[in-house]
Amino acid sequence: MNWLAIKSIYTSEMKRFFRTLSQSILSPVLSTVLYFVVFGAAIGGRIQEVGGISYGAFIVPGLVMLTVLQQALSNASFGIYFPKFTGTIFELFTAPISFVEILIGYVGAAASKAMIIAFVILATATFFVDLHIIHPFWALGFLVLTAVSFSLLGFIIGIWASNFEQLQIIPLLVVTPLVFLGGAFYTADMLPGFWEVLVKFNPVLYLISGFRWSFFEVSDVPVGVSLAAISIFLVLCISAVAWIFKTGWRLKQ
Amino acid sequence: MAPIISIKDLTKTYASGTPALDAVNLDIEEGEIIALLGPNGAGKTTLIGAICGMVKITSGTVSVGGCDVERDPRKARAQIGLVPQEIALDIFETVWNSVKMTRGLFGYKPDDAYLEGILRSLSLWDKKDSKNMELSGGMKRRVMIAKALSHEPKVLFLDEPTAGVDVALRRDMWEVVRKLRDAGVTIILTTHYIEEAEEMADRIGVINSGKILLVEDTSTLMQSFGLKTLKLSLTEPLSDTPSTLSNYDLTLSDDKMTLTYSYDTRAERTGITRMISDLAAAGISVRDLESHQSSLEDVFLTLVEEKA
Repeated sequence: MNWLAIKSIYTSEMKRFFRTLSQSILSPVLSTVLYFVVFGAAIGGRIQEVGGISYGAFIVPGLVMLTVLQQALSNASFGIYFPKFTGTIFELFTAPISFVEILIGYVGAAASKAMIIAFVILATATFFVDLHIIHPFWALGFLVLTAVSFSLLGFIIGIWASNFEQLQIIPLLVVTPLVFLGGAFYTADMLPGFWEVLVKFNPVLYLISGFRWSFFEVSDVPVGVSLAAISIFLVLCISAVAWIFKTGWRLKQ
Repeated sequence: MAPIISIKDLTKTYASGTPALDAVNLDIEEGEIIALLGPNGAGKTTLIGAICGMVKITSGTVSVGGCDVERDPRKARAQIGLVPQEIALDIFETVWNSVKMTRGLFGYKPDDAYLEGILRSLSLWDKKDSKNMELSGGMKRRVMIAKALSHEPKVLFLDEPTAGVDVALRRDMWEVVRKLRDAGVTIILTTHYIEEAEEMADRIGVINSGKILLVEDTSTLMQSFGLKTLKLSLTEPLSDTPSTLSNYDLTLSDDKMTLTYSYDTRAERTGITRMISDLAAAGISVRDLESHQSSLEDVFLTLVEEKA
């Protein structure tokens, strides 16, 4: 294993994160604060408790997941798309490194960035709501699995995209709706019958549900099912990446 | 001594069915500068891509330092530095970090002293903390070379190193390449500037339509294909070429004051001595002589036409 190459990619990606700190951290933190102000204070004050939890605290796991998904996706997709755009990707193909090492470098960095932002948002949340995590290790596990899975998905999008528009289209048209319909701001049983069934097909519901369970022991689906769902998603992403590397799809002529 | 790069029956056909390389065979010796000369679309960049791992090989083999590029890519690639035709840099990164990053990608531990040496030799040391976006085109190209050298490669590929650069920078770049060769680096450069190949290379490979047409020492190539002309300025105008000189390939200029004699350096005898004595015998006196060697461009065109 070429650990020095992995370190090079990882370090280079993290440097970019810290180089654009205001964009990297302030922007998601500001968005989250606005969510708390609008949903937690303004609207949340008029909503009854959900499962015995104040609405302000209830939405915290969903907001963290929403940010982790979006950040993991955008960081990983941009991370691999940028060298494609600038042409520097030739270095990755000509260096003595395997695709697995490239993947660890880029996905590791994207997942790390998403995790850092998640912790910053959790810390921010404590200024607005009284927060206590019942199962911190489960919470950490869900966070890591989600960050890694969606970084893998972002990596695939970055390889697939041939322009900036394509880079944005899946996060905007697919992921954002899935997140909003994934129970970030409500439980599935709060929806009308048809929608309650429909959202069960939304993979993000399982992520948020499992993550929320680790906070409050309140969930839409059993935690084992959530864990299985995220594991299946992870395996699917790894399989897709393995296929891309094997065939050289969108990478090699 | 075994060649540092050995290419056997290398064929590349793109998914679209376009053939780019057709059974290419080529051995490159350690420490030489070889220029691959060919028109646009000849297959030069594809050949480099196949050796460096950017292009999937359809059939045939390529080994670098005895390591097969497909069976043992890590060892093969570790020996290669590549400077592609297009400048490709992370414009937001500094020169120092860019070079350091490439060294790391090749699995080498940081060695600030070595990298400093490279940047100094390329006159980039003063710019080490500058962002790549702040550099001139020539300096960016030097950064590309510094990156390619950062992992101490045995072989350096320069793909059209002076494409689109001005004359001064081109001369500058040639000087850099000579220094590298003196340091023991094997250099493969592709170019469609014939002057560049003639000026720089120990050997020249001519490639066209995916085939290597010829590989030859530069001087031998020039000699074996070079046509020369001899211009004879006359003291008085000549109404017509005398019939006694009809055996020679002589052309009289429109102003009737110059005779041009064409001869082949490949011929055993050029016929110059006999032609001049025949001129004297015909009463034609010559004021001045000027010979002209045909350029590699003429050589190249002749070769491509012959093999077509």
